[in-house]
Amino acid sequence: MSENTQNTPRPSSSLLELTDRTKRRNAAEKRFRAYGIGAIAIGLLMLAVLVFNIVSKGTGAFQQTFITLDVELLESKLDKKGNRDLADIKKVTTFGYSPIIRNAIEAKVTGLGIDTPLKAKAMAGLLSKDAAAQLREFVVANPEKIGDTVEFRFLAQSRVDGYLKGRVIRANIANDKNISSEQLDLVDALVEAGVIAKTFNWDFILGADASDARPEAAGIGVSMMGSLFMMLVVLALALPIGVAASIYLEEFAPQNWLTDIIEVNISNLAAVPSIVFGILGLAVFINYMHLPTSAPLVGGLVLTLMTLPTIIISTRASLKSVPPSIRDAALGVGASKMQAVFHHVLPLAAPGILTGTIIGLAQALGETAPLLLIGMVGFIASNPPQGIAEGLLSPNSAMPAQIFEWAKRADPAFYERAWGGIIILLIFLVTMNTVAVILRRRFERRW
Amino acid sequence: MPLLWLVLILLALSVAGFFLGRQRALASAGGNSKDLHSLPSYYGHNVALTGLVPALGVLAIWLLAQPLFIESRVSSLIPEEAIPESSTLGLVMSDVRRVAEGLDLAVSEGVMTPEQARNMRSEFSDVRGRLGEIGVALGSDVRPEVLNAAQSYRNLSNTGTTAMIFVVALIAAVGFAYSYSKTHKDFRARNVVEQGIMALLILAASLAILTTIGIVLSMFFETINFFSLHSWTDFFFGGTWAPNFRGDSELSILPLLWGTLYISVIALLVAVPIGLFAAIYLSEYANNAVRSFAKPLLEILAGIPTIVYGLFALLTVGPALVRFFGQGENGILGVEWMSGATSVLTAGVVMGIMLIPFVSSLSDDIINAVPQAMRDGSLGLGATKSETIRQVVMPAALPGIVGAVLLAASRAIGETMIVVMGAGAIAKFSANPLESMTTITTRIVSQLTGDTDFASPETLVAFALGLTLFVLTLGLNVLALAIVRKYREQYD
Repeated sequence: MSENTQNTPRPSSSLLELTDRTKRRNAAEKRFRAYGIGAIAIGLLMLAVLVFNIVSKGTGAFQQTFITLDVELLESKLDKKGNRDLADIKKVTTFGYSPIIRNAIEAKVTGLGIDTPLKAKAMAGLLSKDAAAQLREFVVANPEKIGDTVEFRFLAQSRVDGYLKGRVIRANIANDKNISSEQLDLVDALVEAGVIAKTFNWDFILGADASDARPEAAGIGVSMMGSLFMMLVVLALALPIGVAASIYLEEFAPQNWLTDIIEVNISNLAAVPSIVFGILGLAVFINYMHLPTSAPLVGGLVLTLMTLPTIIISTRASLKSVPPSIRDAALGVGASKMQAVFHHVLPLAAPGILTGTIIGLAQALGETAPLLLIGMVGFIASNPPQGIAEGLLSPNSAMPAQIFEWAKRADPAFYERAWGGIIILLIFLVTMNTVAVILRRRFERRW
Repeated sequence: MPLLWLVLILLALSVAGFFLGRQRALASAGGNSKDLHSLPSYYGHNVALTGLVPALGVLAIWLLAQPLFIESRVSSLIPEEAIPESSTLGLVMSDVRRVAEGLDLAVSEGVMTPEQARNMRSEFSDVRGRLGEIGVALGSDVRPEVLNAAQSYRNLSNTGTTAMIFVVALIAAVGFAYSYSKTHKDFRARNVVEQGIMALLILAASLAILTTIGIVLSMFFETINFFSLHSWTDFFFGGTWAPNFRGDSELSILPLLWGTLYISVIALLVAVPIGLFAAIYLSEYANNAVRSFAKPLLEILAGIPTIVYGLFALLTVGPALVRFFGQGENGILGVEWMSGATSVLTAGVVMGIMLIPFVSSLSDDIINAVPQAMRDGSLGLGATKSETIRQVVMPAALPGIVGAVLLAASRAIGETMIVVMGAGAIAKFSANPLESMTTITTRIVSQLTGDTDFASPETLVAFALGLTLFVLTLGLNVLALAIVRKYREQYD
C-alpha cells in the first residue's frame, strides 16, 4: 500500500504549497491592507502639504524690507513761519513731505556713488506710500526736531519687499507699472550698501490693516484685539450658561418629553451650519435689536450661541464621569441635592469642563462665516480700541475675517499676509488645544 | 450708555444686598449662626438674587419687546394710501427706521437740536439733503407721513427707554426691600435660594430651544417677506439665478442647489473612501503605536479652521489644478479646460480633505462597536482578515457608516468658507467639474454683505436660502442620528 501511495502523483493540494485560490485570497488581503495604509498616508500627506504650504508661504510676512535714510527735516518746507506752532505744522499734508523724502533718497544714492539713470521721483518710488505719513507723524510728535537731520527706517514698497523675498522676479515685471528693472538695479545696489535690509516685522503682529495700495503696512494686531473681545464675550456668556444648562440636564431634569426635546435640540444645534448662526445674528441682534454692526459684541453673541452646544455636550460628559458615590456621600451627610452638586460634583468635573470650554473657544476663534454676515469684513479699523466699552462696541474685524479680507484683495502681496495671519491664528489654536490637553492629563481623575 | 450703567448699578446693589441680608439674618439670631434655619450666606444670596434676577429678566424682556411694540404703534400711523403701489408696509417701515436713525445721528453729532429733529416738517425743509450731509443716504425724498412716523418712532423709543430704566430700578428696589424685610432667623432661605437657582438652571437649558426658535423665526418672517415680493414658484422651480439690483431679478434656488450638491458629492468621493479605509486600518490592523500616532494627526485636520482650507483652495489647490488642466500649451497636460483657479473640483477636493477626519473618526467608533465575537467567528471559520472585514464587519457597521456619511454630507452642504473662496460665483447647471459654480452658502454671504437693503427681494432671498439650508441640513442630521441610534441599539 505504501508503494502504491508513493507511485501516485502528489495530491495537488498540500498544506505546504499554496493553491491559486489561497494566493488570490492572500493577495486580496495584502491589497486591502495597502488600501488602508494608502488612505492614512494620503491623509497625513495632505496634512503635511497643508502645514508646509502655510509655513513656507506665511513666514515671509514676519520679515519686512526697510530702507534706512537720513532725512533732513527742512524748516522751509515743514514750518514756513518758523515758530514751531503745532497747528501750523499740522497744516502741512503728507503731500508736502514727499519732496523731503525725495531729497533724502537722492542724497543717499549720490552719497554712495551709485550710478543710476533714475530721477529722484522714481527713486522715491522704492519707498512705501506710507513713508510720508510716517514722517509726518514723527514731525507732529517731535516738532523740535525740525531743521535737524534724522535717521529714519522707512517701509519699502511691496514690490521691493517681494523682490527681496523672491516673490517678484525680473522676468515678470514688464507690465508692472509699480516697478521697473532700473529700480530693481538700484535696489540691488542699495542692498549691497546695507541701506535696504529685511528685519523682523513687529508691525505685522501688532499693527492695523492698511488700504489696498499699501500691503507692506498691513498688520493683524487690531483684528487680534477684535478676536480677543469676542472671545471675552463668548467666555463670559457661554461658560456660565453652558454649565448651568448641563447641570440641569444631567443632574436635575426629570425624564419627560420636554427634556427629550431639549436634548435632541442641543445635539441638532451642534450640527447647524455656522452661516445660519450668522443669519440669526444679523436678523436678531442687528436688524431687530439694532446693536451696532461690525461690533465684537455682536460677533461674540453669535459665536456664543454657536459654541453653547459644544460646551454643553462636553460639560455633560464630564459631569457624567463623576461617580454617583460622591453624590450619595454628600447627600448622606445631610447636604441638599443642590449643595451636593455645587459643592462636590461641580469642582470634581471642573477640569473636564474647562477643557471642553477651551476647545469650544478655539473653535469659535477660527470661525469666519457668521462674522461675514454681521459686517466684520471689509472694515479697516485703524486704531486699537481704547477701553473695554469701545472694544466691545466700536467696529472691528477679527483674525479670520481679516485673513479672508486679505485673500480677497487683488495684490498678491496680501496673500503673504493672509498666510502669515494663518500662522498666527494657528499658533493661538495650537496653544489653546495644548493647554486643554495638558489640563486634561494633569487634573483628570480616573474613578 | 445708560444701559451699561443700569446693569452695573444693579450688580452693585446685589453685592450690597448680599452683605446686608447676611448681617440682618445674623442679627436676628443674636449673632449665633446655629439658631438660623439656613447658613448665613443663604440669607445674603436670597436678598441679592431677589433684587437682581427679576429686574434683569424684566430688562431683557423689555429690550426684546420694545422694538416690536414701537413697530406696531408706528406702522398704525401710516395710512393705507401712503403706501406706494409697488411697495409694502414693511418697506415703508424700513424707510421710517432709517429716517429715525438719521435724526438720532444728526442730534448726536450736533447738526440738529433735539427740538429741530422733533419739529422738522418735510414740507418746509429738505430732510433728505440735511441727513445726506451727515452721511445718511436715503433712496428717495422723505414724504410727510414717513417723517411723521419717524418722529413718533424716536419719541416712543426715548420714552420707552426712560420708562424701562424706571421700571427696572423700581422692581430691583421692591425686590430688595421685600426680601430684606423677610430676612429673619426662621426664614427658610436655603429652600428659596435653591428654588431660584433651579429656575435659572432651567432657563439656561431652555436657551437652546430659544436659539432654535430664534433661528427659525428670524428666517421665517423674512422669508415670508421675500415671498410677498417674489413668486415662490420662481424660487423653487425657476431655472435661473440672476439677481439684478434694479429689480426684475430671477432668483431660483435650483442652480445653487445643483452647485452645492455637485461640490458635496465630489467632497464625499474624496472623503468617504479615504476616511473609511483609514478607519478600517486604524481599528482592525494598526498596532497601538501606529494608532496613537496617526489618529491624533489625522484629527488635526478636523481642528483646522475652514478659513485655512479656503485659502488653501484659492491659493494652492486652484492654481495647481490650473497648471494641470489649464494654461493650454504651457500647462502640464497641454489642455485648456480650466480658466480660473475657482472650480467645483477645487472646492470639492479641499472640502473632501477637511471631511476625512470627520468620516474616519465616526466610522472608527462604529467599527469598534461591532462585537468582537462576530470577528472571532468569521476568523475561526478560516476567513482572512480582509474577508472578515468586508463580509462580516462592514455589513454589520453599514447603517452606522451610512449615518456617518450623511452627517458628513450635511457638513459639506453647510460649509461656507471653502466654497466662498474656492468655488466661484457663477450660477449655472453644468456637469463640468472644472468650471466655477456657486452654492447656497456662497450666495447667502454675497447677498447679505456690503450694502444691503432689507426691503429688496435680492437681499431677502438670502433668508429663504438660509431657511432651505437649515431645513436640508437639519433633515440630514435627524435622519443620520436616527440611523446611528437605531443601529447602536442592536448591539447594546
